[in-house]
Amino acid sequence: MAVIAEKVATPAVRKTRADSGIWGWITSVDHKRVGVLYLAMGILFLVVGGIEALLIRLQLMKPENNIITGGIYNAVLTQHGTVMIFFAATPIIWGIFNYMLPLMIGARDVAFPRLNMFTVWLTLFGGIILNAAWFAGGAADAGWFAYTPLSSSTQFSGIGMDAYLVGVMLAQIGTTLTTINFVVTIFKMRAPGMSVMKMPPMVWKLLGSAALAITAGIPFMVGMLLLMFDRWFGTSFYGPNGGGDVLLWQHLFWLFAHPEVYILALPAFACVDEVLPVMSRKPYFGYTSMVAAVIAISVIAWIVWPHHFYQVGLGAGVNILFATTTKMVSVPTAMFFFNWIATMWGGRIRFNTAMLYSLGFLFLFLVGGLTGLVNASSSTDRQFQNNYWIIGHFHYVAIGGIVFALLAGLVYWYPKMSGRLMNETLGKIGFWTQFIGFNITFFPQFLVGLEGMPRRTYTYVAGQGWELYNLISTVGAFILALGIGIFAINLVGSLFFGKKAPADPWDGHSLEWTIPSPAPAYNFARLALVRGREALWYEKLHGNGKMQAAPEDEGRHGNAVHMPSPSVAPLVTALGLAILGVGGMLRAPLGPIGLLGLLVTIVGILIWVTEDASGYYLAVDKEDEA
Amino acid sequence: MSGARFRRLLLALVAGALGLASGGAALALGTAPQTLMNPAGPQGLELYKAMIFDIKGIILLWVILAFLLLYVVVRFSDRSHGKELPPQVEGNRNLEIGWSLALIAGLVIFLVHPVKAEFVFENPPEDPNAVEVKVTGHQFWWEVEYPQYGIKTANEIVIPAGTVVLVKTTATDVIHSLGVPRLGGKNDSMPGRVTKIWWKADQPGVYQGQCMQLCGQSHARMYFRVVAKTRDEFDAWVKAMQNPVVKAEGAAAKGQDVFMQKCAACHTIGGTSAAGTVGPNLTNLGLRTSIGGGIRENTPESLTQWIRDPQSLKPGALMPGAEKPAANGYPATAVTQEEVDALVAFLEGLK
Repeated sequence: MAVIAEKVATPAVRKTRADSGIWGWITSVDHKRVGVLYLAMGILFLVVGGIEALLIRLQLMKPENNIITGGIYNAVLTQHGTVMIFFAATPIIWGIFNYMLPLMIGARDVAFPRLNMFTVWLTLFGGIILNAAWFAGGAADAGWFAYTPLSSSTQFSGIGMDAYLVGVMLAQIGTTLTTINFVVTIFKMRAPGMSVMKMPPMVWKLLGSAALAITAGIPFMVGMLLLMFDRWFGTSFYGPNGGGDVLLWQHLFWLFAHPEVYILALPAFACVDEVLPVMSRKPYFGYTSMVAAVIAISVIAWIVWPHHFYQVGLGAGVNILFATTTKMVSVPTAMFFFNWIATMWGGRIRFNTAMLYSLGFLFLFLVGGLTGLVNASSSTDRQFQNNYWIIGHFHYVAIGGIVFALLAGLVYWYPKMSGRLMNETLGKIGFWTQFIGFNITFFPQFLVGLEGMPRRTYTYVAGQGWELYNLISTVGAFILALGIGIFAINLVGSLFFGKKAPADPWDGHSLEWTIPSPAPAYNFARLALVRGREALWYEKLHGNGKMQAAPEDEGRHGNAVHMPSPSVAPLVTALGLAILGVGGMLRAPLGPIGLLGLLVTIVGILIWVTEDASGYYLAVDKEDEA
Repeated sequence: MSGARFRRLLLALVAGALGLASGGAALALGTAPQTLMNPAGPQGLELYKAMIFDIKGIILLWVILAFLLLYVVVRFSDRSHGKELPPQVEGNRNLEIGWSLALIAGLVIFLVHPVKAEFVFENPPEDPNAVEVKVTGHQFWWEVEYPQYGIKTANEIVIPAGTVVLVKTTATDVIHSLGVPRLGGKNDSMPGRVTKIWWKADQPGVYQGQCMQLCGQSHARMYFRVVAKTRDEFDAWVKAMQNPVVKAEGAAAKGQDVFMQKCAACHTIGGTSAAGTVGPNLTNLGLRTSIGGGIRENTPESLTQWIRDPQSLKPGALMPGAEKPAANGYPATAVTQEEVDALVAFLEGLK
């Protein structure tokens, strides 16, 4: 910062936001715009993945149905899983947290603004490539887990699998970079006075998630690279005929894909961490034990991966070891749960939509967590592995847990992002529709699992005892979809018709509620001095209800604030990598398309390192100044 | 009735209705052919006991925690309309340490049964009469071999009841998974690897199994059956398989000609010169209860449909139909209806 300030001795003060219009959005490096782009992308892909889910439910509505069969069904189920995890849940989470993290730690931006925008483009291009395979000969159909040799041999899978590798690889690079950005931002950019033990609970959980994403992503990306080599260059890392091992992929994949559950769940929990104390008008209960639990879960997450394949003959000793570590996850998770209950205990709970989603989360995640205790056992999982029980279990975690918590967060922070409040009545109707629809969809899946229905099957013959459960489940799926539709209408409609939001609509506890809604481009006109764990709440209880200004503020000159320069380099570089990826998807990464991609990437990097990135100064709004 | 009381009554009603519905559903479980709730052998029983113990445990925990949650929500809802500020409690170290330790201790309860079951699963009991079976997964059928008896068959695994069956499983193309829920857990069948599992059926009967690892287009159609017979019946079956006798007369004789001409390149039938190994071994097909890997009962009608158009029953199968080629391009067989009838008569007569 100091260096930059020297370089721009007499800053050109711009009165308004310079980067308006579409070009402004494309070249923006503002973390809030990055957040909004991530959110929009996530919601778009959520719709795609949701339609795929409904197709699956329609097909399974009755035995030997013929809506989508065989390979098409496998493609739909693969895309549903891949899109939901990598292109819906992940972007929505990075969207919320790219937007909120700097605001919550009192910073004006993230540590690496250009890198941040780069990750948006990577994820977007990844998602487009993955889904483009539908129109280029068929989408991936080896499952989101892409077990070899079904995925590694071009004899068994086509262009969709190549698109999967390219698309998911791009998204994974994006996730790794954006989480590195989170970690550096958390460590380097906190407001004066905010020691690590004074960070909002949410920031700890995001830190745990980001640490996992950075470390666990590596084996997966290595695994995908080897898979690309097997498919494109005829190596045999995974093919038994060439000396490879089919199990290698399972280890590399689940080394990432199990932690992925916590990578997504921790930030989702984080939303609830923020909503519950505010709506109960109490501080978060048990901060220190929560920090311990975050660290514990981030470590244990690393040592549970073989519980996804107890049935491959690892032996009783190995299986019992990993079953035990898996069950240990329940300890920190239950600690979170008890902290949440204790936070509400003795409080004055306000039942608005954000709170309803948080409570819905608590009830549903309880089911998801507890059922996990049963299938964590290496022995009983020999029955549950690839059984509908597992589908019930992880949807209670992924929707009942993660999605409900994220919706709580979205409703809660919506006024800060948009400047308007979401409609409460519509919000509550949407919540109950989702809550009821969700349970009707997924509870029967535990039962049909106990009756032995395997997952990933496009149909079943009549007389298996599975008809009724599947029919109920299909009906529920449409109720759930209706609920999501109501939420979407509310989300978009409130942008135009919602009540104007004040700066602090919920009587909040943390720094984001000290600035106007929507957040101005420079976030904080003056950096705040943090004196308590829940900074604003501390000032409300012990001060005059307003933050004190920090004694030093390097980013501020006169009445203007230093801002990062807009840049086109992230887009060009990401576009280059995407074109290279298209070359890979056509199994010719070194063909003309691939080489063009490489060239564009190099141009992008050259722009990146040579352009003037010294930033500019933006005048602070007069009202905000007071 | 005041709003709060009405809400409480409503909650109690909803909870009661949910409890009744779940109870009713639980009672209805256990009838399906692949149910986990009605084990038919010692290995399955051990997994079942561990599973039921854990499920009861989590139901108890759920009831306690869900009611605690409900209590908190109802008891501490804001009746002051934002005027009052509750006591500002930030934590309680003893309570937090206490419940963390209690959780670790409680975890042990969930470890005992499954660990015991794991050892039962991994260690088959000694049985001098144990039968060895080797099962190989293919897209989308199961090759079955009895090395002790020199027998090969497909998709139906005949075993003696009351005897330990030692199963070794592998695959040739992609990963499959061999699971017969009522006899116990599953094991993956993987190319380049051999895994072991054991079964013991307490009673004679038919136990349905299914491929349980996504293996391609017709993964869902890759059922199989374990047919447990009494030891005497099993021994008789072994003899019949070791010395298959093919008596083809009338239509069946014509069927045999058609078979040798159009089917023998891929299928083996013991007792004839047909020795193809691409598709399932069809020796003594008439003795089997099902066809197509367990998706249809073994009747002339379903066999006719299978021969005419296997892709309609099992998309992606390597078997061509009368008019349609197979998934990998094997040309259509162009068998006429008359030839199909003859084939069916021939195949059904193999017993």
